[in-house]
Amino acid sequence: MISKFEVQETNRMIEESNLDVRTITMGISLLDCADADIDVFCRKIYDKITSAARDLVAVGDDIGRQFGIPIVNKRIAVTPVSIAAAGAGAVRYASVARTLDRAAAAVGVNFIGGYSALIHKGSTPADKALVDSIPEALSETERVCASVNVGSSRAGINMNAVRRMGEIIREMAHLTRDRGSIACAKFVVFCNAVEDNPFLAGAFHGVGERDRVINVGVSGPGVVKQALTETKGADFETLCETVKRTAFKITRAGQLVAQEASRRLNVPFGIIDLSLAPTPAVGDSVAEILMEMGLEQPGAPGTTAAVAILNDNVKKGGIMASSCVGGLSGAFIPVSEDHGMIEAVRCGALTLEKLEAMTCVCSVGLDMVAVPGDTPAETISGLIADEMAIGMINHKTTAVRIIPAAGKHVGDMVEFGGLLGSAPVMAVNRFDCAPFIRRGGRIPPPVHSFKN
Amino acid sequence: MKGIITVLGQDRVGIIARVCTYLAEQDINILDISQTIVHGYFNMVMMVDLTENKGSFEQTAAGLEEIGRSIGVRIKLQREDIFDAMHRV
Repeated sequence: MISKFEVQETNRMIEESNLDVRTITMGISLLDCADADIDVFCRKIYDKITSAARDLVAVGDDIGRQFGIPIVNKRIAVTPVSIAAAGAGAVRYASVARTLDRAAAAVGVNFIGGYSALIHKGSTPADKALVDSIPEALSETERVCASVNVGSSRAGINMNAVRRMGEIIREMAHLTRDRGSIACAKFVVFCNAVEDNPFLAGAFHGVGERDRVINVGVSGPGVVKQALTETKGADFETLCETVKRTAFKITRAGQLVAQEASRRLNVPFGIIDLSLAPTPAVGDSVAEILMEMGLEQPGAPGTTAAVAILNDNVKKGGIMASSCVGGLSGAFIPVSEDHGMIEAVRCGALTLEKLEAMTCVCSVGLDMVAVPGDTPAETISGLIADEMAIGMINHKTTAVRIIPAAGKHVGDMVEFGGLLGSAPVMAVNRFDCAPFIRRGGRIPPPVHSFKN
Repeated sequence: MKGIITVLGQDRVGIIARVCTYLAEQDINILDISQTIVHGYFNMVMMVDLTENKGSFEQTAAGLEEIGRSIGVRIKLQREDIFDAMHRV
């Protein structure tokens, strides 16, 4: 029998510490929609998505009510469009993005991911056409998210692609200059992208996946922070144990929701992603956890160690709670989506370079970082190259979601609204890297990739 | 299916009576009740069996919330699974 204290603990986590299930994401394969005619392809994907995900939002909301735990987002990830649409040839793919946008609106999800290309070793004509269309696609749609994988530990880094990423990021910043360059907030550049990530903007449905799958992203930085408040000043062993125990409980809640959603939607359950994802709300912040550990601000000396402790123990607790852990699974440190990170940047504690160091030990990378609108494309590519190198060498996923906010300067704020929050424009190292980026070609994989 | 009902709020006469009467009307059997009053603050956790429930889960949850509003306490119905999942290895 569950005790009264256990009931109260769970409900306090939900009501006072913002415990929620961040997303139920349905992965949908578009491979069987392939067609030589792009219009027919669009019709097929619209029909498949709207039929497969018809009940996703209603079922998600209903499960949330029954367990009494909010399920914040219901989302969709599809097969990378450059693969699914390749049969139509290298045509203008923006119509596919508009179709995805309409399908997402029809079923009521707030984001749909998979306007993507995997070009870590090289590009097909379809990949090139898709990449070229990303600025138009993201500036003309509301719910579509795009991602490009430009590197992997096995293949190295496609530096031609890295160079192109800087250009298209600048282009989409310009196209959405009246809206805080918001298109950039829906675009992620990856190294070692995962095929079962439920979190947008980087989610896509990998080609090794089933026709449909339910992946769930849990969250709960507020719960971890509260647990640490209750063990204030304790030693590191106690700190680690507290994070682990809390992550276990959070993950179990996510697993239950995932299994229930899978059963009701009659779609196989894929994975639980253990990422601690913040929102702009106070009390739902990864930065607050770092401060609770004893840092005056994120960015202070010790921050990288604190992130490493947090990330590792979330995984240890979560892996004990579920046999199906996948996705990105680590602490997210998006600047614009975490009020504590925003404050740390504003007061000068957190710089781009420290964020980069933090990404060596956590799941993603430079996430939702705004930089001055006049940052050269090559400099953006340089930042991407650094982040991709961290991923490649360390066999981990890294990502860059960077917003060169048009017309903005260091210290200005850029408003995105909703879960995307608002970002302070950060200073970028002003020294040039253009000749390095312009070399082109591919950085070969590191020696430790040759494991066979 | 088992459910957990939590009731929180200012203590007054008849809280348990109102909740239990409603549950009886709905054919919901009470399996366990734990209740405390601290400084006039009423706190009850109740485990119930919803197998014979006349209405749907949503209707019952809404009915309990409505009773809560009428007597000035907060009543919440949740499936038991969430607590089991989080607190049992």
